[in-house]
Amino acid sequence: MHWVNAIVMLIMITSGWGIYDDDVIIRGFHFSQFWRLGDWAAWSLNWHFAGMWFLTINGLIYLIYGFVSGRLREKLLPIRPAEVVQTVVDTLHFKIAHEDITVYNAVQKLLYIVVIFAGVAQVVTGLAIWKPIQFSGLVSLLGGFQTARVLHFAGMAVIVGFLIVHVALALLVPKTLWAMVAGGPCLKPRGRAEGNPAT
Amino acid sequence: MKSPFRPDEVPDASLLDDHRSLIRSLERRGLIRGGLSLGALVMLTGCDVKRPESVESALLAISRLNDSVQALLFDPNKLAPTYPASMILRPPKFNAYYDVMDVKPVNGATWRLGLSGLVADKRPWTLQDLQALPQISIVIKHICVEGWSYIGGWTGTPLRTFLERVGADLRAKYVAFKTADDYPSSIDMASALHPQTLLATKYGGETLADPFGYPVRLRMATKLGYKNPKWITAIEVTNSYPGGYWESRGFPWFAGI
Repeated sequence: MHWVNAIVMLIMITSGWGIYDDDVIIRGFHFSQFWRLGDWAAWSLNWHFAGMWFLTINGLIYLIYGFVSGRLREKLLPIRPAEVVQTVVDTLHFKIAHEDITVYNAVQKLLYIVVIFAGVAQVVTGLAIWKPIQFSGLVSLLGGFQTARVLHFAGMAVIVGFLIVHVALALLVPKTLWAMVAGGPCLKPRGRAEGNPAT
Repeated sequence: MKSPFRPDEVPDASLLDDHRSLIRSLERRGLIRGGLSLGALVMLTGCDVKRPESVESALLAISRLNDSVQALLFDPNKLAPTYPASMILRPPKFNAYYDVMDVKPVNGATWRLGLSGLVADKRPWTLQDLQALPQISIVIKHICVEGWSYIGGWTGTPLRTFLERVGADLRAKYVAFKTADDYPSSIDMASALHPQTLLATKYGGETLADPFGYPVRLRMATKLGYKNPKWITAIEVTNSYPGGYWESRGFPWFAGI
Protein backbone atom coordinates (compact mmCIF):
# COMPACT_ATOMS: atom_id res chain seq x y z
CA MET A 1 0.00 0.00 0.00
CA HIS A 2 2.83 2.36 0.88
CA TRP A 3 4.59 1.82 -2.44
CA VAL A 4 1.43 2.11 -4.53
CA ASN A 5 0.83 5.36 -2.71
CA ALA A 6 4.43 6.52 -3.21
CA ILE A 7 4.28 5.95 -6.98
CA VAL A 8 0.80 7.42 -7.39
CA MET A 9 1.68 10.43 -5.23
CA LEU A 10 4.68 11.18 -7.45
CA ILE A 11 2.47 10.81 -10.54
CA MET A 12 -0.16 13.13 -9.06
CA ILE A 13 2.38 15.74 -7.94
CA THR A 14 4.40 15.89 -11.16
CA SER A 15 1.35 15.75 -13.46
CA GLY A 16 -0.29 18.39 -11.28
CA TRP A 17 2.72 20.63 -11.91
CA GLY A 18 2.12 20.16 -15.63
CA ILE A 19 -1.51 21.24 -15.28
CA TYR A 20 -0.60 24.13 -12.96
CA ASP A 21 1.73 25.65 -15.48
CA ASP A 22 -1.02 26.60 -17.95
CA ASP A 23 -2.49 29.11 -15.51
CA VAL A 24 -0.18 29.74 -12.60
CA ILE A 25 -1.46 30.58 -9.13
CA ILE A 26 1.71 32.35 -8.02
CA ARG A 27 2.69 34.87 -10.67
CA GLY A 28 6.10 34.11 -12.11
CA PHE A 29 6.32 30.74 -10.38
CA HIS A 30 6.59 27.91 -12.86
CA PHE A 31 7.65 24.31 -12.80
CA SER A 32 10.12 23.64 -15.60
CA GLN A 33 9.28 20.93 -18.12
CA PHE A 34 11.86 18.69 -16.48
CA TRP A 35 9.70 18.30 -13.38
CA ARG A 36 6.40 17.79 -15.18
CA LEU A 37 4.79 14.51 -16.05
CA GLY A 38 3.24 14.67 -19.50
CA ASP A 39 4.86 16.54 -22.39
CA TRP A 40 2.01 19.10 -22.37
CA ALA A 41 -1.15 19.88 -20.44
CA ALA A 42 -3.41 17.31 -22.16
CA TRP A 43 -1.18 14.42 -21.08
CA SER A 44 -0.54 15.86 -17.63
CA LEU A 45 -4.33 15.93 -17.26
CA ASN A 46 -4.68 12.35 -18.47
CA TRP A 47 -2.02 11.20 -16.00
CA HIS A 48 -3.75 13.14 -13.22
CA PHE A 49 -7.22 11.79 -14.05
CA ALA A 50 -5.87 8.24 -14.25
CA GLY A 51 -3.80 8.50 -11.08
CA MET A 52 -6.69 9.88 -9.05
CA TRP A 53 -8.47 6.52 -9.05
CA PHE A 54 -5.43 4.65 -7.75
CA LEU A 55 -4.72 7.32 -5.14
CA THR A 56 -8.30 7.37 -3.88
CA ILE A 57 -8.89 3.61 -3.86
CA ASN A 58 -5.51 2.85 -2.29
CA GLY A 59 -6.04 5.62 0.26
CA LEU A 60 -9.50 4.36 1.15
CA ILE A 61 -8.23 0.81 1.67
CA TYR A 62 -5.42 2.18 3.85
CA LEU A 63 -7.77 4.28 5.98
CA ILE A 64 -10.43 1.58 6.34
CA TYR A 65 -7.80 -1.00 7.26
CA GLY A 66 -6.15 1.45 9.64
CA PHE A 67 -9.36 2.27 11.44
CA VAL A 68 -10.80 -1.24 11.56
CA SER A 69 -7.57 -2.86 12.75
CA GLY A 70 -6.95 -0.05 15.22
CA ARG A 71 -3.50 0.33 13.73
CA LEU A 72 -3.86 4.07 13.12
CA ARG A 73 -4.89 4.70 16.71
CA GLU A 74 -2.25 2.42 18.10
CA LYS A 75 0.58 3.90 16.04
CA LEU A 76 -0.38 7.57 15.86
CA LEU A 77 -2.10 8.32 19.19
CA PRO A 78 -1.79 9.78 21.69
CA ILE A 79 0.34 12.80 20.89
CA ARG A 80 1.38 14.81 23.91
CA PRO A 81 2.55 18.39 23.30
CA ALA A 82 5.38 17.97 25.82
CA GLU A 83 6.66 14.95 23.87
CA VAL A 84 6.57 16.90 20.62
CA VAL A 85 8.65 19.67 22.17
CA GLN A 86 11.06 17.14 23.69
CA THR A 87 11.52 15.36 20.35
CA VAL A 88 12.15 18.62 18.53
CA VAL A 89 14.71 19.67 21.13
CA ASP A 90 16.43 16.27 20.94
CA THR A 91 16.51 16.37 17.17
CA LEU A 92 18.07 19.81 17.13
CA HIS A 93 20.80 18.34 19.32
CA PHE A 94 21.20 15.53 16.78
CA LYS A 95 19.92 13.03 19.28
CA ILE A 96 17.67 11.08 16.96
CA ALA A 97 16.68 8.09 19.02
CA HIS A 98 14.83 5.81 16.66
CA GLU A 99 15.98 2.56 18.11
CA ASP A 100 12.70 0.75 17.97
CA ILE A 101 11.30 1.40 14.53
CA THR A 102 7.94 -0.08 15.52
CA VAL A 103 7.28 2.91 17.77
CA TYR A 104 6.90 6.40 16.30
CA ASN A 105 8.06 9.43 18.23
CA ALA A 106 5.70 12.35 18.83
CA VAL A 107 6.88 14.41 15.86
CA GLN A 108 6.58 11.43 13.56
CA LYS A 109 3.04 10.83 14.76
CA LEU A 110 2.16 14.47 14.20
CA LEU A 111 3.66 14.54 10.70
CA TYR A 112 1.97 11.30 9.67
CA ILE A 113 -1.38 12.63 10.85
CA VAL A 114 -0.82 15.92 9.01
CA VAL A 115 0.06 14.13 5.78
CA ILE A 116 -2.91 11.75 6.04
CA PHE A 117 -5.20 14.75 6.45
CA ALA A 118 -3.46 16.51 3.56
CA GLY A 119 -4.03 13.43 1.39
CA VAL A 120 -7.72 13.35 2.24
CA ALA A 121 -7.94 17.11 1.66
CA GLN A 122 -6.38 16.68 -1.79
CA VAL A 123 -9.08 14.20 -2.78
CA VAL A 124 -11.84 16.49 -1.47
CA THR A 125 -10.49 19.71 -3.06
CA GLY A 126 -9.65 17.73 -6.19
CA LEU A 127 -13.23 16.52 -6.43
CA ALA A 128 -14.42 20.12 -6.02
CA ILE A 129 -12.32 21.50 -8.88
CA TRP A 130 -12.99 18.47 -11.09
CA LYS A 131 -16.80 18.79 -10.77
CA PRO A 132 -17.54 22.31 -9.48
CA ILE A 133 -21.13 22.22 -10.79
CA GLN A 134 -22.11 18.67 -9.80
CA PHE A 135 -20.58 19.29 -6.35
CA SER A 136 -21.38 23.01 -6.16
CA GLY A 137 -22.28 22.68 -2.46
CA LEU A 138 -18.80 21.40 -1.70
CA VAL A 139 -17.25 24.23 -3.74
CA SER A 140 -19.11 26.95 -1.83
CA LEU A 141 -18.16 25.21 1.41
CA LEU A 142 -14.52 25.54 0.33
CA GLY A 143 -15.01 29.22 -0.50
CA GLY A 144 -15.46 29.11 -4.29
CA PHE A 145 -13.76 27.51 -7.27
CA GLN A 146 -10.58 29.58 -7.23
CA THR A 147 -10.16 29.16 -3.47
CA ALA A 148 -10.58 25.40 -3.85
CA ARG A 149 -7.86 25.51 -6.52
CA VAL A 150 -5.49 27.35 -4.20
CA LEU A 151 -6.29 24.87 -1.39
CA HIS A 152 -5.51 22.01 -3.78
CA PHE A 153 -2.18 23.68 -4.54
CA ALA A 154 -1.46 24.27 -0.84
CA GLY A 155 -2.25 20.62 -0.06
CA MET A 156 0.34 19.62 -2.66
CA ALA A 157 2.89 21.90 -0.98
CA VAL A 158 2.23 20.25 2.41
CA ILE A 159 2.67 16.78 0.92
CA VAL A 160 5.85 17.73 -0.95
CA GLY A 161 7.22 19.29 2.26
CA PHE A 162 6.45 16.10 4.15
CA LEU A 163 7.98 14.00 1.39
CA ILE A 164 11.30 15.82 1.53
CA VAL A 165 11.63 15.31 5.30
CA HIS A 166 10.23 11.78 5.15
CA VAL A 167 12.57 10.55 2.41
CA ALA A 168 15.61 12.34 3.84
CA LEU A 169 15.12 10.74 7.25
CA ALA A 170 14.38 7.32 5.78
CA LEU A 171 17.67 7.51 3.88
CA LEU A 172 19.49 8.51 7.06
CA VAL A 173 18.09 5.48 8.87
CA PRO A 174 18.49 2.76 6.24
CA LYS A 175 16.99 0.10 8.49
CA THR A 176 13.55 1.66 8.04
CA LEU A 177 13.84 1.27 4.27
CA TRP A 178 14.06 -2.49 4.53
CA ALA A 179 11.16 -2.46 6.96
CA MET A 180 9.12 -0.48 4.47
CA VAL A 181 9.83 -2.98 1.71
CA ALA A 182 9.35 -6.15 3.70
CA GLY A 183 6.61 -5.14 6.10
CA GLY A 184 8.92 -4.67 9.03
CA PRO A 185 9.19 -6.19 12.45
CA CYS A 186 6.19 -6.27 14.70
CA LEU A 187 6.40 -6.95 18.38
CA LYS A 188 3.60 -9.18 19.63
CA PRO A 189 0.95 -7.32 21.59
CA ARG A 190 1.44 -7.74 25.31
CA GLY A 191 -0.65 -10.29 27.12
CA ARG A 192 -1.30 -12.48 24.13
CA ALA A 193 -0.31 -16.07 24.67
CA GLU A 194 2.09 -17.71 22.25
CA GLY A 195 0.35 -19.69 19.51
CA ASN A 196 -3.01 -17.98 19.86
CA PRO A 197 -4.81 -17.71 16.55
CA ALA A 198 -4.93 -14.18 15.26
CA THR A 199 -8.24 -12.55 15.92
CA MET B 1 -6.97 -7.54 14.79
CA LYS B 2 -3.59 -8.79 13.74
CA SER B 3 -2.26 -7.58 10.44
CA PRO B 4 -2.27 -10.31 7.80
CA PHE B 5 0.93 -8.73 6.45
CA ARG B 6 2.90 -9.31 9.65
CA PRO B 7 5.13 -12.32 10.16
CA ASP B 8 4.17 -14.76 12.88
CA GLU B 9 7.75 -15.02 14.03
CA VAL B 10 8.86 -12.02 16.02
CA PRO B 11 12.31 -10.90 14.93
CA ASP B 12 15.00 -10.74 17.56
CA ALA B 13 15.16 -7.24 18.98
CA SER B 14 18.94 -7.35 18.65
CA LEU B 15 18.35 -6.98 14.93
CA LEU B 16 17.78 -3.33 15.68
CA ASP B 17 21.24 -2.96 17.15
CA ASP B 18 23.20 -2.55 13.97
CA HIS B 19 22.04 0.95 13.18
CA ARG B 20 22.24 2.29 16.67
CA SER B 21 25.80 3.43 16.27
CA LEU B 22 24.92 4.91 12.91
CA ILE B 23 22.31 7.15 14.41
CA ARG B 24 24.56 8.15 17.25
CA SER B 25 27.31 9.15 14.86
CA LEU B 26 24.85 11.17 12.88
CA GLU B 27 26.20 14.50 11.85
CA ARG B 28 25.48 17.29 9.45
CA ARG B 29 27.48 15.64 6.70
CA GLY B 30 25.02 12.75 6.73
CA LEU B 31 22.13 15.07 6.28
CA ILE B 32 23.77 16.66 3.25
CA ARG B 33 24.61 13.26 1.78
CA GLY B 34 21.03 12.12 2.28
CA GLY B 35 19.74 15.32 0.76
CA LEU B 36 21.80 14.73 -2.36
CA SER B 37 20.51 11.19 -2.77
CA LEU B 38 16.99 12.49 -2.30
CA GLY B 39 17.59 15.02 -5.04
CA ALA B 40 18.85 12.28 -7.33
CA LEU B 41 15.83 10.10 -6.56
CA VAL B 42 13.34 12.86 -7.25
CA MET B 43 15.14 13.84 -10.45
CA LEU B 44 14.78 10.28 -11.62
CA THR B 45 11.01 10.42 -11.24
CA GLY B 46 10.80 13.94 -12.66
CA CYS B 47 12.25 12.56 -15.89
CA ASP B 48 9.96 13.27 -18.79
CA VAL B 49 8.20 10.13 -19.87
CA LYS B 50 8.41 10.29 -23.64
CA ARG B 51 4.86 9.05 -23.91
CA PRO B 52 5.43 5.62 -25.47
CA GLU B 53 2.45 4.29 -27.39
CA SER B 54 1.47 1.73 -24.73
CA VAL B 55 1.38 4.41 -22.02
CA GLU B 56 -0.56 6.71 -24.32
CA SER B 57 -3.20 4.11 -25.16
CA ALA B 58 -3.55 3.09 -21.50
CA LEU B 59 -4.11 6.73 -20.52
CA LEU B 60 -6.64 7.19 -23.32
CA ALA B 61 -8.48 4.03 -22.26
CA ILE B 62 -8.75 5.38 -18.71
CA SER B 63 -9.84 8.74 -20.12
CA ARG B 64 -12.68 7.02 -22.00
CA LEU B 65 -13.62 5.19 -18.81
CA ASN B 66 -13.64 8.56 -17.06
CA ASP B 67 -16.00 9.86 -19.76
CA SER B 68 -18.56 7.23 -18.76
CA VAL B 69 -18.05 7.92 -15.04
CA GLN B 70 -18.59 11.60 -15.76
CA ALA B 71 -21.79 10.82 -17.68
CA LEU B 72 -23.01 8.91 -14.61
CA LEU B 73 -22.09 11.80 -12.30
CA PHE B 74 -23.95 14.27 -14.55
CA ASP B 75 -27.27 15.25 -13.03
CA PRO B 76 -29.53 16.62 -15.83
CA ASN B 77 -31.63 18.54 -13.31
CA LYS B 78 -28.79 20.11 -11.35
CA LEU B 79 -28.45 23.80 -12.17
CA ALA B 80 -25.14 25.64 -12.06
CA PRO B 81 -25.01 28.56 -9.61
CA THR B 82 -25.98 31.87 -11.23
CA TYR B 83 -24.73 35.34 -10.34
CA PRO B 84 -26.05 38.94 -10.37
CA ALA B 85 -25.64 40.84 -13.67
CA SER B 86 -23.32 43.30 -11.89
CA MET B 87 -20.66 40.57 -11.74
CA ILE B 88 -20.46 40.10 -15.52
CA LEU B 89 -16.94 40.60 -16.87
CA ARG B 90 -16.88 43.04 -19.82
CA PRO B 91 -15.58 42.16 -22.29
CA PRO B 92 -15.35 38.40 -21.68
CA LYS B 93 -11.99 36.62 -21.87
CA PHE B 94 -10.95 35.66 -25.36
CA ASN B 95 -9.65 32.17 -25.88
CA ALA B 96 -9.02 30.05 -28.97
CA TYR B 97 -6.28 27.91 -30.44
CA TYR B 98 -5.01 31.07 -32.17
CA ASP B 99 -4.49 34.71 -31.30
CA VAL B 100 -7.35 37.23 -31.07
CA MET B 101 -5.76 39.13 -33.99
CA ASP B 102 -6.41 36.11 -36.22
CA VAL B 103 -10.17 36.04 -35.67
CA LYS B 104 -12.03 36.04 -39.01
CA PRO B 105 -15.38 37.80 -38.53
CA VAL B 106 -18.50 36.10 -39.85
CA ASN B 107 -21.11 38.04 -41.88
CA GLY B 108 -24.38 37.65 -39.98
CA ALA B 109 -26.52 38.61 -42.99
CA THR B 110 -25.29 35.75 -45.17
CA TRP B 111 -24.68 33.33 -42.31
CA ARG B 112 -26.71 30.10 -42.33
CA LEU B 113 -26.89 27.33 -39.77
CA GLY B 114 -26.80 23.93 -41.49
CA LEU B 115 -28.41 20.80 -40.05
CA SER B 116 -27.64 17.16 -40.64
CA GLY B 117 -27.94 13.69 -39.14
CA LEU B 118 -30.90 12.50 -37.09
CA VAL B 119 -32.97 15.63 -37.63
CA ALA B 120 -36.46 15.71 -39.21
CA ASP B 121 -36.28 19.24 -40.66
CA LYS B 122 -32.88 19.93 -42.22
CA ARG B 123 -33.64 23.36 -43.69
CA PRO B 124 -30.86 25.84 -42.92
CA TRP B 125 -31.57 28.58 -40.40
CA THR B 126 -30.97 32.32 -40.70
CA LEU B 127 -30.06 34.52 -37.75
CA GLN B 128 -33.55 36.07 -37.77
CA ASP B 129 -35.16 32.58 -37.61
CA LEU B 130 -33.02 31.70 -34.63
CA GLN B 131 -33.71 34.92 -32.75
CA ALA B 132 -37.44 34.40 -33.22
CA LEU B 133 -37.24 31.36 -30.94
CA PRO B 134 -37.77 31.80 -27.17
CA GLN B 135 -34.74 33.40 -25.54
CA ILE B 136 -33.37 33.15 -22.02
CA SER B 137 -30.54 34.92 -20.20
CA ILE B 138 -28.18 33.36 -17.67
CA VAL B 139 -25.21 34.68 -15.70
CA ILE B 140 -22.84 31.75 -15.15
CA LYS B 141 -19.21 30.98 -14.48
CA HIS B 142 -16.95 30.00 -17.36
CA ILE B 143 -14.30 27.54 -16.18
CA CYS B 144 -11.32 26.80 -18.39
CA VAL B 145 -9.44 23.51 -18.27
CA GLU B 146 -6.32 25.60 -17.59
CA GLY B 147 -7.78 26.74 -14.27
CA TRP B 148 -8.93 30.32 -14.86
CA SER B 149 -12.56 31.33 -14.62
CA TYR B 150 -14.82 34.37 -15.06
CA ILE B 151 -18.50 35.24 -14.74
CA GLY B 152 -20.34 35.95 -17.98
CA GLY B 153 -23.90 36.85 -18.96
CA TRP B 154 -25.33 35.06 -21.97
CA THR B 155 -28.60 35.32 -23.91
CA GLY B 156 -29.87 32.84 -26.45
CA THR B 157 -32.15 29.95 -27.28
CA PRO B 158 -31.87 26.85 -25.13
CA LEU B 159 -30.33 24.15 -27.34
CA ARG B 160 -33.13 21.86 -26.15
CA THR B 161 -35.76 24.22 -27.60
CA PHE B 162 -33.88 24.32 -30.90
CA LEU B 163 -33.41 20.55 -31.09
CA GLU B 164 -37.09 19.99 -30.35
CA ARG B 165 -38.09 22.55 -32.99
CA VAL B 166 -36.08 20.86 -35.77
CA GLY B 167 -37.36 17.44 -34.78
CA ALA B 168 -34.01 16.03 -33.63
CA ASP B 169 -33.88 12.48 -32.30
CA LEU B 170 -33.40 13.29 -28.61
CA ARG B 171 -32.41 9.67 -27.88
CA ALA B 172 -29.34 10.01 -30.11
CA LYS B 173 -25.97 9.97 -28.34
CA TYR B 174 -24.22 13.07 -29.64
CA VAL B 175 -24.76 16.61 -30.84
CA ALA B 176 -21.85 17.75 -33.00
CA PHE B 177 -20.88 21.25 -34.14
CA LYS B 178 -18.92 22.65 -37.05
CA THR B 179 -17.59 26.19 -36.89
CA ALA B 180 -16.23 28.91 -39.15
CA ASP B 181 -12.83 28.64 -37.45
CA ASP B 182 -12.43 24.89 -38.04
CA TYR B 183 -13.00 23.95 -34.42
CA PRO B 184 -15.18 20.84 -34.53
CA SER B 185 -16.77 19.93 -31.20
CA SER B 186 -19.35 17.53 -29.82
CA ILE B 187 -21.29 16.92 -26.62
CA ASP B 188 -23.48 14.19 -25.15
CA MET B 189 -27.25 14.48 -25.61
CA ALA B 190 -27.99 14.71 -21.85
CA SER B 191 -25.78 17.81 -21.53
CA ALA B 192 -27.22 19.23 -24.77
CA LEU B 193 -30.70 19.08 -23.22
CA HIS B 194 -29.61 20.73 -19.95
CA PRO B 195 -31.59 23.95 -19.29
CA GLN B 196 -28.36 25.99 -19.07
CA THR B 197 -27.09 24.97 -22.52
CA LEU B 198 -27.66 27.84 -24.96
CA LEU B 199 -27.16 28.76 -28.59
CA ALA B 200 -26.00 32.19 -27.45
CA THR B 201 -26.30 35.33 -29.57
CA LYS B 202 -25.76 38.01 -26.92
CA TYR B 203 -23.27 38.77 -24.17
CA GLY B 204 -24.09 41.17 -21.35
CA GLY B 205 -27.30 42.15 -23.15
CA GLU B 206 -25.52 43.15 -26.37
CA THR B 207 -24.97 41.34 -29.67
CA LEU B 208 -21.98 39.01 -29.44
CA ALA B 209 -18.78 40.72 -30.55
CA ASP B 210 -16.74 39.10 -33.34
CA PRO B 211 -13.99 37.59 -31.13
CA PHE B 212 -16.55 35.82 -28.98
CA GLY B 213 -18.42 33.94 -31.69
CA TYR B 214 -20.76 36.26 -33.63
CA PRO B 215 -23.38 35.39 -34.72
CA VAL B 216 -23.95 32.15 -32.76
CA ARG B 217 -21.92 30.16 -30.28
CA LEU B 218 -22.58 27.42 -27.79
CA ARG B 219 -22.53 28.38 -24.12
CA MET B 220 -23.11 25.66 -21.55
CA ALA B 221 -22.79 25.88 -17.77
CA THR B 222 -22.02 22.21 -17.25
CA LYS B 223 -18.84 21.77 -19.27
CA LEU B 224 -15.34 23.24 -19.45
CA GLY B 225 -14.66 26.22 -21.70
CA TYR B 226 -13.22 24.22 -24.60
CA LYS B 227 -16.59 22.49 -25.07
CA ASN B 228 -18.15 25.81 -26.16
CA PRO B 229 -17.57 26.20 -29.93
CA LYS B 230 -17.90 29.72 -31.35
CA TRP B 231 -19.01 30.88 -34.86
CA ILE B 232 -21.17 27.75 -35.27
CA THR B 233 -22.07 26.96 -38.89
CA ALA B 234 -23.60 23.48 -38.65
CA ILE B 235 -25.17 21.11 -36.14
CA GLU B 236 -25.38 17.35 -36.53
CA VAL B 237 -27.28 14.86 -34.36
CA THR B 238 -25.59 11.49 -34.50
CA ASN B 239 -24.87 8.16 -32.83
CA SER B 240 -21.30 7.86 -34.04
CA TYR B 241 -18.61 9.54 -31.96
CA PRO B 242 -17.72 12.87 -33.61
CA GLY B 243 -14.72 13.88 -31.43
CA GLY B 244 -13.42 17.42 -31.47
CA TYR B 245 -10.45 19.73 -31.95
CA TRP B 246 -8.79 19.34 -28.54
CA GLU B 247 -10.16 15.83 -28.01
CA SER B 248 -8.22 14.58 -31.04
CA ARG B 249 -5.11 16.05 -29.37
CA GLY B 250 -5.58 14.11 -26.16
CA PHE B 251 -7.94 16.17 -24.01
CA PRO B 252 -10.87 14.37 -22.36
CA TRP B 253 -14.07 14.36 -24.41
CA PHE B 254 -16.82 14.60 -21.75
CA ALA B 255 -15.19 17.50 -19.85
CA GLY B 256 -18.18 17.91 -17.54
CA ILE B 257 -17.90 20.13 -14.49
